[in-house]
Amino acid sequence: MPKTVALAGNPNSGKTTLFNALTGANHHVANWPGVTVERKEGQFRCGSDVYTVVDLPGIYSLGAFSEDELVARDYILSGEPDVVVNVIDATNVERNLYLTTQLLEMGANVVVALNMVDEAESLAMSLDAQALSKRLGVPVVPTVASKRQGIDQLMAAAVRAAADPSVKRKLDLSYGQSVDAKVTQLEKLLKDRDLVYPPRWVAVKLLEGDGQVLKMVEERLTSQDVEELRRVCEEAAAENSDLQLEIVDGRYRFIQKVTRGAVARPKKEVPTLTDRLDKVLTHRFWGLPLFAVIIFAVFQLTFVIGQDLLGGLVGEGVGLLGEYIDGLLARANASELLRSYVADGLIGGVGVVLEFIPLIVILYTLMGLLEDSGYMARAAYVMDNTMRKVGLQGKTFIPLIVAFGCNVPGVMATRTLENKKDRMTAILINPFMSCGAKLPIYLAFIAAFFPKYGALVLFSLYVLGVLVALAMGKLFGRTLFKGESSHFIMELPPYRMPTLRNVVRNMWDNVSSFLVRAGTVIFVVVSLLWVLAVLPAGVEPYGSESILGRVGAVIAPVFAPAGFGTWQASVGLFAGVAAKEAVVATLGMVYAGVEEGVELVSALQKAFTPLSAFAFLVMTLLYTPCVATLATIKKETGSAKWAFFSAGYAFAVGWLGAVLVFQLGRLFGLS
Amino acid sequence: MSYLPLINLRTGEHAKVAHIAAGRAATKRLYEMGFNTGAEVVVIKNDTGPVIVGLFGHKVALGRGLAEKMLVSKK
Repeated sequence: MPKTVALAGNPNSGKTTLFNALTGANHHVANWPGVTVERKEGQFRCGSDVYTVVDLPGIYSLGAFSEDELVARDYILSGEPDVVVNVIDATNVERNLYLTTQLLEMGANVVVALNMVDEAESLAMSLDAQALSKRLGVPVVPTVASKRQGIDQLMAAAVRAAADPSVKRKLDLSYGQSVDAKVTQLEKLLKDRDLVYPPRWVAVKLLEGDGQVLKMVEERLTSQDVEELRRVCEEAAAENSDLQLEIVDGRYRFIQKVTRGAVARPKKEVPTLTDRLDKVLTHRFWGLPLFAVIIFAVFQLTFVIGQDLLGGLVGEGVGLLGEYIDGLLARANASELLRSYVADGLIGGVGVVLEFIPLIVILYTLMGLLEDSGYMARAAYVMDNTMRKVGLQGKTFIPLIVAFGCNVPGVMATRTLENKKDRMTAILINPFMSCGAKLPIYLAFIAAFFPKYGALVLFSLYVLGVLVALAMGKLFGRTLFKGESSHFIMELPPYRMPTLRNVVRNMWDNVSSFLVRAGTVIFVVVSLLWVLAVLPAGVEPYGSESILGRVGAVIAPVFAPAGFGTWQASVGLFAGVAAKEAVVATLGMVYAGVEEGVELVSALQKAFTPLSAFAFLVMTLLYTPCVATLATIKKETGSAKWAFFSAGYAFAVGWLGAVLVFQLGRLFGLS
Repeated sequence: MSYLPLINLRTGEHAKVAHIAAGRAATKRLYEMGFNTGAEVVVIKNDTGPVIVGLFGHKVALGRGLAEKMLVSKK
């Protein structure tokens, strides 16, 4: 059994950078059991030994506020990690030590990585790692994870700690006289019980009103004991209404003692680059327009690099591959049916999706740069006013930004919202944010109808998505989820030079999941549709007489008011519920099947007008989310009802939007 | 010593946190992030939108409603 090293730390402490530096290309992403919190796991080699490295979610505290905190705490308490490497930001030692203090109270086997010491140095801070280590009672190793400095020393310390867990020390803090008395009282009641966890820790948690710990205690003690514990807790709360805060204060008093003389900032703070950038980027007038410009620039660059420079490369490759395979099949005397499946189904369907890889690579790279630089927190900041106007708060915008990549992590990211109203609304409006998988659809239609205004059309769709999301947010606030939005509390981390490794890895995680979908869901959908397109036997493949054509024709009238009441468009939209890329894959298949050698672009030009094309894009932007998103909604809301609701109302909104665009456009004489 | 809400401070003014009169969860979260009794803060930006506060040399944005409920003593 390889030993396990868990990484714990605040958001923005450089934990992910350290994880990437430790594990190289060797990692996989899964979920923690039962919840959708991401679990990243990798391997780290030290000499001949292999260690498992588990990246815990970035958290400020080990309370039980959010699922992230709960997952981290349960995992550390489970005893599975042999050592916990606690990454702390050297420029923000005081606050980061709060988590450290909690880890020590828990009795975890801790090694501290004092990360980003180079930044602390540039701020003229002085840090004494030895003094910190002595006072905390655990190893403290200075590191610069982005430059791989101190990593060897850190891991050597972790390996030593893992080999000898007996040296670990449990910290017993004083929280002030009155609190301490209660802790002791509870501790006595908890002593010598089969609790698994240290009694003193359980006592403190009970006083902190921790529901999870209370539940655990209820399961393990007699009802009489539980009654007694409750009585003491209630009494304590009645005597001292600030009890919980005094416990936090107690931890900070400890931190003050630990840092006194060991962490010093210059008396006079010099304005940093972050201060200067923030003057502009969070400016009361310029902040919001600059945000729009930055996002627009991201799309423009995506087009310039992804399409003009690299575009077509993959397409040509896929085309050549298709011809090559078709040649092979022809020589092998394969049946017409198999050749049609390969040419129209696989190459025409899955191949079309693959052509958009360069664009997706560029988009995710640019988004990753923004995220790694620290700008995303500013985006939430400048959006707070706008979000307030629709009854939400700025932080709600972060899951929406995440959704630009994919709605699945977007819906999951709502977990950081503590307030139920904020969270439910953010989940339900999330799918209106245009995800990366819809990009191929836009791009195919832009190539066919709006080649000169690519970035503008794309930008307008993204903005429309945001506007619809906000409008629906407002509507939900007035109807389904009344009540106050929670307070806005958000750290604005210093701007940092993005590290290549983080950006590339983040991009690759996204692109590889895109490729996996192309190879699985889209492959299956395309194969299924192909079967439906050539049956019943004897019909012209992809003709209106095939099963596919007939089913499509039944749905088609629904979309007639929106200008795209063709069976092909209907089938495409239908397939899009499986995965959005499947829309283009399906269109590629049904149109490529019509005539030999007809490119998707020219086929689209025949089947749509610019107006109906735009209406179709509005529909794809807004309508029913893909099954993966719906499944995530079900999981995160804990009820299938909301998944069905989301599927239904999004369809209605999409249809309405498309019809409005088409009918209004016609009124104004567009076609 | 009299207390005043953080939102009344101007950019550049220093203060010490005295009391937070927000809801239980928000108050505890603020405490855990270091806004506990006696913490020294400096207002970095206070015009429209959330107030940006400096704490331990780092920036935290607090919604205006919350900034009204955080009582501080000016230094």
